[in-house]
Amino acid sequence: MRLRPLHLVPMLAGMVMVGPVIAGLTGALLPAFGWLPVLGGEQVSLAPIRALLDTPGLGRSVLLSLASGLVTTLLALLMVIGLLAGWSGTRLFRWMERLISPLLSIPHAAAALGLAFLFAPSGWLVRMVSPQLTGWSRPPDWLFPHDPYGLAMIAGLTIKEIPFLLLVSLAALPQINPRTMTEVARSLGYGPVMGWLHAVWPRLYRQIRLPVFAVIAYASSAVDVALILGPTNPPPLAVQLTRWMSDPDLAMRFLASAGAILQLVVTLAALALWWGGERLAGWLTGCLVLSGVRFQRDDWLRRLAALLNMVVVAVMLWGLAGLVLWSFAGLWRFPEALPSALSLKIWQMQGGMLIEPLRNAVLIGGLATAIGLVLTLSVLEAEIRLGERAGRWSQLLVYLPLIVPQVAFLFGLQLIILSSGGAYSLWAMVLGHLVFVLPYVFLSLGDQWRALDPRYARMAASLGHSAWTTFWCLRLPLLTRPILTAAAVGFAVSIGQYLPTLLIGGGRWETITTEAVALSAGGNRRLIGIYALMQMLLPFCAFLIAMGLPALLFRNRRGMAPTTTR
Amino acid sequence: MQDMTPYDAASRDLTLEKVQIRLHDACLIDLSLTIRAGEIVTVMGPSGSGKSSLLAFVGGFLAPGFAATGRVLLGGQEVTGLPAEQRHIGILFQDPLLFPHLSVGGNLAFGLSRRIKGRAERARRVAEALESINLGGYEARDPETLSGGQKARVALARVLLSEPCALLLDEPFSKLDADLKAQMRQHVFDRARSKGLPTLLVTHDEEDATAAAGPIIRLAQRGGQG
Repeated sequence: MRLRPLHLVPMLAGMVMVGPVIAGLTGALLPAFGWLPVLGGEQVSLAPIRALLDTPGLGRSVLLSLASGLVTTLLALLMVIGLLAGWSGTRLFRWMERLISPLLSIPHAAAALGLAFLFAPSGWLVRMVSPQLTGWSRPPDWLFPHDPYGLAMIAGLTIKEIPFLLLVSLAALPQINPRTMTEVARSLGYGPVMGWLHAVWPRLYRQIRLPVFAVIAYASSAVDVALILGPTNPPPLAVQLTRWMSDPDLAMRFLASAGAILQLVVTLAALALWWGGERLAGWLTGCLVLSGVRFQRDDWLRRLAALLNMVVVAVMLWGLAGLVLWSFAGLWRFPEALPSALSLKIWQMQGGMLIEPLRNAVLIGGLATAIGLVLTLSVLEAEIRLGERAGRWSQLLVYLPLIVPQVAFLFGLQLIILSSGGAYSLWAMVLGHLVFVLPYVFLSLGDQWRALDPRYARMAASLGHSAWTTFWCLRLPLLTRPILTAAAVGFAVSIGQYLPTLLIGGGRWETITTEAVALSAGGNRRLIGIYALMQMLLPFCAFLIAMGLPALLFRNRRGMAPTTTR
Repeated sequence: MQDMTPYDAASRDLTLEKVQIRLHDACLIDLSLTIRAGEIVTVMGPSGSGKSSLLAFVGGFLAPGFAATGRVLLGGQEVTGLPAEQRHIGILFQDPLLFPHLSVGGNLAFGLSRRIKGRAERARRVAEALESINLGGYEARDPETLSGGQKARVALARVLLSEPCALLLDEPFSKLDADLKAQMRQHVFDRARSKGLPTLLVTHDEEDATAAAGPIIRLAQRGGQG
C-alpha cells in the first residue's frame, strides 16, 4: 500500500463532480424560501414561491420544458433505434458512424443557429425554392424560429441528441452481441427490425438508460438552444429563469432561486413520466412477444428510418454550410438562392473583436480539459492499481452533473461563489466548466482504458518495471489516441458551455459561445455566421489534433493504427 | 521434495511451499514444489483447472478475486510479499506482447536490466541480443512488421535481457504453427537451461511436456473457470 495519494484521487474527482451540484442546489434552496442574509433575506418565508406561482404564463413555461424534454428524447431515441435496427453493418451505417464525432463536436448553439438560418422565413431553404416554386418575392409570414409550440426548439435539440445517443449505443452494443441475437430472431421468422427490437433493444436500453436520462434532463432545461429557437412569450422555464438570474434587480434573486427549484422539480417530473413510459413500453413489449407477431414486411420502416436519418444529417450540414456562406456573403437579396457577391468585409471589420472571446474560450477550455484529463487518468490508474472496477454507484456519480439541470444548480453555485469572494475569477470559471468537462472526459476514456490488454502491464512488471514506469512508458503512449480524443471531447464540451460561462462569469467573461448566443437575438446574420463558425472551428481543430498527432507520432508503427472495433 | 532446508537448496531454485489458491471457496490449486536451476517443470490441466492462476500467483499478479496462501521462494529468499517488478521472475505469454509503440530495439531496451549502465553499452547489449536470435540489425524495425516466429524470438530475448532468476511460460507456443512450434520450443528450453533458470511451464499440449523432459504435474478438472 504505497502510492497513498492515488487512493484519494477517486474521492477528489467525485467531489469535483458532486460537490458543486449539491452545493448549488443548497444554494438555490435556501433563497427559494427567503433565506439569503447577504441580500437581507433573514427569515424563512414562502414569499418567493408565491411570487413564482403568480408569474403569468408560468404553467405554459413548465409545459414547454416538460414537452421538449420528453418529445426530444423520444424522437432522438426512435431515430437511433431505426438506424441500429434496420441498418447495422450496412454502408449507410458505417457512413453515419464516421459522422458521429464531427457532429457531436458541434456546439449546440452553432447547430441551432444553422437550423434557424436554414428554415427561417427568409432562410436559405426558402430562398432556394423562391420565387420559382413558391411565388414568394417577400419572406413568408411564418414564425420560425420561436414558434409558440416550441417545435423549432425540439427539432434543434433532437438533431443534436441523435449523435450522442448513437455514440453511447455503439459503445454498449459489442457487449450484447447484436448480430447473432438478431439472426436467431430472424431464423424464427421475425422481420429484421422486429427481431432486433425483441432480441437486442431491451438489453441495449438497460445499458444506455443513464445517457437517456441525461438527454431528458438536458432537453427539459436547455438555455442556449431555447434562446435561439424556442418560444419567447412565455419562454421555456429555463430561459425565464436565466432572465431572472441576470436581472439587475437583486430582489429577483429570490424569485430565481424558487424558479431553480421548480426547474429541478420539472426535470424530475419529466424523468418520472419517462419512467412510467418505460413500464408501459415494457408491458406492451410483453404483449407483443406473447402475440408472436412477426412483422416480416418491414422494408418500408427501414427505408423511412434511413430517409429520416439522412435528412437530419443533411439539415445539420446544410445549416452549418449556411453559417459559413452568410459570414462571407456580400449583398444577398431575398429570393436569390445565393449571395450576389462574396466578401471578406465582415471578417475584416469584426476580426479584431473575435480575439478576446476566442482567447477566453481557449484558455478556460484548455485549463478545464487539462485538469479533467489529469483527474480522469489518476482515477483510472488508481482503479487499476487498487484492482477495483468502478461500480454502479460511481457510474451514477459521473452522470449526476449531467442529469441535474444545469440551470438549477449553477445559480446556487453562483450565489455561493459570489458570497465567498471568488467571484468572476478565472479559476471559478474553470471549476464551473470542469463540472461538465470531467464526466465527458471520463466517459469517453474509461472504456478504452479498461480494454487495454492487462498482460502488457504484467509483462512490464515481470521485466522489473515499476507501476509508474508502466503508466508513463506503456499506458500513456499505447492509449495516446483515446486520451487525445477524450481531451478533444472535453474541450468541445467546454467550448459549447453557455450557461456556466454566463452565470459564473457574471458577464465578465465573454467567450465565443456567449457572444454567438447573445448575437442571435439581433438579426445580423453575417455577424452571427462569423461567431457560430468560430464556435464550430475550435472543437474541430481539437479533433483534428486528436486524430493527426497520433498518426504523425506513430507513422512507422503499424500496431498503433486505429482499429475498427465494431 | 517439499522438505528443503535452506542450506542444501541450490541458491537458484524456485520453491513453492504449500501453495493454495481459492476462488469463491473452490480450491483450484494445492501444491508444494521445487524447481531446480535449469529444470523445467510442466503443469498440465484442462482450462479452468487453475494453472494460469498458479503462474499469476508466482509472478505476483493474481487477480483480486482469488485468495491464495503459501510461500514462493526464489534462491531461498521469500518473494511472496514482493510486487511483481521486484521478484525477478520473467514470463512469456501466448502472445508475444511486443509493445506496439516501440521499435524492436526499443522493446529490448525496455527489457534490458537497469544494472547495465551507459548508452553505448546498453545499445551493444541490445544489438548482441538481436544477433543471438538471428535478427541482427533489426533495431529500428516496427514490431508489427515481423513474422510470428520473429516476434516470439524477440519476446524471449526481451525477457532474458531483464536477467530474470526464474522463468514462467504460459502456453507460449500454443499460437505458433506446427513446425515453428517445435523450433521455438527447443530454442526457449535451450536458453532457459543454459542460463540455469528454474522454469515453470503451463500447457495443455502433451508434446510441450515431453520436450521439457522434466517433472510433470497434472491438475484435475475442477469445474470452475480459470
